[in-house]
Amino acid sequence: MSELKRRLASWDSIIILLTVVVLVVASLTISNFGTSRNFSFLTLDILPIVLVALPMTFIIVTGEIDLSVASTLGLASSIMGYLWNQGLSIESIIPICVVVGAILGALNGFLVTGLGLPSLAVTIGTLALYRGLAFVVLGDGAVADFPFNYTGWVTGSIGGGAIPNVLILIVALAVIFGVVLHATPFGRSLYAIGANAQAAHFSGIRVARTKFWLYVVSGAVAGLVGVLWTLRYSSARADNGAGLELAVVAAVLLGGVSIFGGKGSLPGVLAGVVLLAALQNALRLQDVSGQALNIVTGVLLVLSVLLPNIASSIRSNWQRRKLRQAAAI
Amino acid sequence: MLRSHQRLLTASAASLLVLGMAACSGTTKDSATGSAPAASTGASADPNAKLKEGLKIAYLPKQLNNPYSDVEVSGGKVAVGELKGEYKLVGPNDASASSQVSYINTLIQQQQDVIVVAANDPNAVCPSLNQARQAGIKVVSFDSDASKDCRDAFINQATTEGIGKSLVEMASELAGGEGEIAILSATPNATNQNAWIDVMKTELAKPENAKLKLVKTAYGNDDDQKSFQEAQGLLQSYPKLKVIVSPTTVGIAAASRYVSSSNYKGKVAITGLGLPNQMREYVKDGTVKKFALWNPADIGYLAAYTGAALASGQITGQEGEKFTAGKLGDYTIGAAGEIVLGPPTEFTAENIDQFNF
Repeated sequence: MSELKRRLASWDSIIILLTVVVLVVASLTISNFGTSRNFSFLTLDILPIVLVALPMTFIIVTGEIDLSVASTLGLASSIMGYLWNQGLSIESIIPICVVVGAILGALNGFLVTGLGLPSLAVTIGTLALYRGLAFVVLGDGAVADFPFNYTGWVTGSIGGGAIPNVLILIVALAVIFGVVLHATPFGRSLYAIGANAQAAHFSGIRVARTKFWLYVVSGAVAGLVGVLWTLRYSSARADNGAGLELAVVAAVLLGGVSIFGGKGSLPGVLAGVVLLAALQNALRLQDVSGQALNIVTGVLLVLSVLLPNIASSIRSNWQRRKLRQAAAI
Repeated sequence: MLRSHQRLLTASAASLLVLGMAACSGTTKDSATGSAPAASTGASADPNAKLKEGLKIAYLPKQLNNPYSDVEVSGGKVAVGELKGEYKLVGPNDASASSQVSYINTLIQQQQDVIVVAANDPNAVCPSLNQARQAGIKVVSFDSDASKDCRDAFINQATTEGIGKSLVEMASELAGGEGEIAILSATPNATNQNAWIDVMKTELAKPENAKLKLVKTAYGNDDDQKSFQEAQGLLQSYPKLKVIVSPTTVGIAAASRYVSSSNYKGKVAITGLGLPNQMREYVKDGTVKKFALWNPADIGYLAAYTGAALASGQITGQEGEKFTAGKLGDYTIGAAGEIVLGPPTEFTAENIDQFNF
């Protein structure tokens, strides 16, 4: 266990270190990167990915996945536009969207835990289903006339200064999720489920119920991000956030969370999100084309899976040889 | 575990409570003041200002590697060269509503002088474009307009009037000034096509077109097969038909294909709005003498000159201001900052090989 922990910690620190290096090098070498305006652009680009990544980390740690998050976001955005057109107040629409997200998440949770279906298949299904429903609700149209005091808050900064308003939200939620995952028995139980669900069950952890509530939280957060997305772009559309699930899963895996469950930490995930976003931002400032950006992201992801695997196989080879030597003596 | 369960229940109960309370009052569609305060232009236009050199002009089409927008921005590149500016082309790989925003943000950071944008969503790009304008960047939209309070000018490829008139002129010329003509349109409720057809009817009612008779408007639903059959039907029902006018690229191509393979070839003329690459073979084999479309390269070209005129202070985007756009000549800004490219370009056997789109 301590061996595992050490390796884990080392991957986290590699990613965190790499992120710091990228940020420092980019600030020093790329003009216009280290400005407060670029910082707020970067924060806004990160916002949807980092918020959805928080519950996604929990789910992947338990060995499951939720690919329907971006479609949940889109459906929440559609419903927000529809209700706004119906004349509801924005103050009631926002909680409704979060609750709708939670209900959509609950459906995922029920299918995965209640019926015991594989989460990959279930959430690929609801990915299509929720996106389809989003188009049923709003069609190809867009709703755009949201009140400026809300849209302006999302894109604005504290007192017009250097710190974007949404950063408060990111920090608050990251701290809550971080504490729950790393400093509570509930958080530890997620690792136990991911490492071995059966063993976790026999040690008294309610595996199914835990997973169910993780999907509910994931849906609720996706609903909230749907609201934020809509406000940021002042545009409620059925296709909002399409493809975001891949960016989220990519950042979570890059952050050192094992797709098989049982491993990973939230600081690593946060670093993964920032690393991907900062790299893209910096390369774009250097006029690197979109296709090349995709290549860089792809290579990073493959390396993030490959390197820890190579490291662990080298280590186990070395240990086996040591054991054989010991046996020979 | 039980504890967290309770916590979640409490949270959902609390949110329902908030929902219930908030439903009573708050900001609704009717009470909201609406859009963001627009960036103020302030400065006044100086028609005699010289066009600046070295302007950084960046193009942001709906998406990269789209053949049509490639032609548009190629015209922009030529114009930026003439202006001795720095041309740049950036854009997302997908045409989604929000993917352009990151690129606009990057262009702001790079301190461009002009952003020429075809908006994927007129509103989603708005906050970023206004940030750009606050940073002193001039914003020109083309192809697909951004909301009018977040750009300085919009290049409109053609007016409804211009298209309708040009279609009737071509039909009249091909029919020799008299005889039966028919229209092969898209769907019965296609907005653009119906607007053009309305203008055509107004034009046909004028004395100079009195001898032209519109016998039927058929609908091919922008479906190749259906358009093909409708063209066939028109020719069988109206043996004296002289011209089929199809104001849709699908219809004109299908009608041309039918006529070129039938014995109507050479007797019935086809015209309308078409893409040179789709129509080339029918123009070469003599089925089609003449058709029209706006020239996409000119859109990008005009956008560059508009941006340069804005950045040099010649114009501010107010109605009535005038400027010169290189080889395209003089332009006057219309209502709401719209600049109309001009009458559509006519394609014939002589010039079609100069166009590739």
